[in-house]
Amino acid sequence: MEPFTTFTAVAVPIDQPNIDTDQIIPARFLGKPRTDRVAAAFHDMRRTPDGALRPELTLNQPAYKDARIIVADRNFACGSSREHAVTVLQDNGFRGFIATSFGDIFYNNCFQNGVLPVVLPAERVAELRALLHKTPGATITLDLERQSVTGPDGKVDRFEIDSFRKDCLLKGQDDVSLTLGYEKDIAAFEARQKSEMTWL
Amino acid sequence: MPASKSSAPRTMFEKIWSRHVVVDRPDGYTLLYIDRHLMHEGSAGGFDRLRPRGLGLRRPDRCFATPDHYVLTSSRSIDDIPDAHHRAHVRAIKTNMDAAGVTLFDIDDPRQGIVHVIGPEQGISQPGLTMVCGDSHTATHGAVGALAFGIGSSEVAHVMATQCLWQKKPKAMRITIDGRLAPGITGKDVILAIIARMSAAGATGHTIEYAGSAIRALSMEGRLTLCNMSIEGGGRAGMVAPDDTTYQYLAGRPFAPKAGEWDKALAFWKGLPSDDGATFDRELSLDGNAIAPMVTWGTSPEDASPVTERIPDPSQAADALRRESMERALAYMGLTPGTPLEEVPVDRVFIGSCTNSRIEDLRAAAAIARGRKARIPAWIVPGSGLVRQAAEAEGLDKVFREAGFEWRMAGCSMCVGMNGETGKPGERIASTSNRNFVGRQGRGVRTHLVSPAMAAAAAVTGKFTDVRKLMA
Ligand code: SF4
Repeated sequence: MEPFTTFTAVAVPIDQPNIDTDQIIPARFLGKPRTDRVAAAFHDMRRTPDGALRPELTLNQPAYKDARIIVADRNFACGSSREHAVTVLQDNGFRGFIATSFGDIFYNNCFQNGVLPVVLPAERVAELRALLHKTPGATITLDLERQSVTGPDGKVDRFEIDSFRKDCLLKGQDDVSLTLGYEKDIAAFEARQKSEMTWL
Repeated sequence: MPASKSSAPRTMFEKIWSRHVVVDRPDGYTLLYIDRHLMHEGSAGGFDRLRPRGLGLRRPDRCFATPDHYVLTSSRSIDDIPDAHHRAHVRAIKTNMDAAGVTLFDIDDPRQGIVHVIGPEQGISQPGLTMVCGDSHTATHGAVGALAFGIGSSEVAHVMATQCLWQKKPKAMRITIDGRLAPGITGKDVILAIIARMSAAGATGHTIEYAGSAIRALSMEGRLTLCNMSIEGGGRAGMVAPDDTTYQYLAGRPFAPKAGEWDKALAFWKGLPSDDGATFDRELSLDGNAIAPMVTWGTSPEDASPVTERIPDPSQAADALRRESMERALAYMGLTPGTPLEEVPVDRVFIGSCTNSRIEDLRAAAAIARGRKARIPAWIVPGSGLVRQAAEAEGLDKVFREAGFEWRMAGCSMCVGMNGETGKPGERIASTSNRNFVGRQGRGVRTHLVSPAMAAAAAVTGKFTDVRKLMA
């Protein structure tokens, strides 16, 4: 897993709340190999049923074409557990997401893939989106070590992240290797459970 | 696993959680032991992640698998699946599970079905257990008093290799529904009313315990429906304390404890309900007497109203963002504010999904279909082969067929349409599933979430109809 330290990139605002993972990647693309579904990101949001790009959507506007950070609203990436929602965004270059809240499973999935979900207060999230609308192509900096977000206005906000998640991201360490180090504890638990919950 | 030293009253969630702690780290993360891992076609990703590292399954005896997302509900032959990738996914589940030694209910097994239907049906889901599945509707199993939640495919691989998960302890929330549900009101209406009240993100970061007299009075099927949609309210998990309804439901099921083991398990289960005086981080209560049959009108499960009401007016929304999202939803749904819900015509009906495809759901739908005729295409997709058999033994298939409904085989089907069974663009579907997201049932499809009886009522009247008007 690629470590995450600091990341500066163009950010794209998406104003809608409750963007679900079916919007991020529609179900019909899930069966395809990862390399064949890169263009599926936000597919049906971005295109009309006849395939034309919707020009009013920020994601389709040339000024945001290099965007690598998304600033959404509340409950971003709620819905299905499909990890494809993280990987398809990652395969399109995205490494940072800012919202007032996230779907729980998506939030966890981010840490398994070396991308950073950031929760900021609603007012600041709305302000960031307004700034990005006003100056399309403006950048945001995410600094994981310092737990800070620097907006296009230069204002710095601190965000909360569990130290466990932070360490793993900074080191690019995935959970499996960490857990295998606890083999003795797992075996002891299993022995205990075997004697106490005999019906399992 | 020793009992907590403190004698402070504890919630059921707390009791199950503390019993499964393998390691507590000072940074607030817990390595939690997982008792049951349910798998479907999508779990193949886990095997793919482990293989290069030379890792296999730690506890194949704790895993149970079935194909549900990609199977056709018109045929049991894998060769009939039109998409080559999908065919490969359904075949791979057998290859992977056989090699790993996992119990598999394969496509030709009468026990096959939607993973969240067969877990309880087989007695795999039990009180006091921790359960996961690479699927967001895993909370369903909380209905028997388990702590069950959905995970992503990296976490699936992690559980396969270690039988554990790193978790930060969620907060506990209690939703109390007292009073009595009126005839015709089901678990589906209750959960839609809850989500409409607290929003689709209302329970984010929380494990929900559903309590109160209206919940106690629900059958196991009703509780499964309720817990199933916890995720639609943002909840990490949903659960109902085990009681006699639970024990009667589980007794004699193939994977439930037998004889002396049953007595031991029962004694343990009886200690699980939240202690009197246990405190929750959040509380919400609704009056069960006031809940009416619910219909969603938008593209988030929180966009739900009693069928007796009208399509809401975005200009009355609390803030600009909500107004815009309502306007966007109504445009997609092709609906005009102020229209009575009972005047909205429906094009198609889907009765199925892990939310509402159990025997009681089919009975409720059949009671409305009996002696009437469907005016629009209507599908019945039982949740498992055994539900289908049970319904046929009761003659429900005949009732549906005579009423012009299509009687199909078990699978996820049009809940998500991953197997190609989708609606047509612009079609308006009354669906008993759990998500009315844009394009969920096919591109451009307009989904309205309802209970099975309400779906059957829509089928026989061609529009949303308060089911209470059709009840004898
Ligand atoms: S029935 Fe629908 S919600 Fe349930 S597991 Fe299948 S696709 Fe997911």
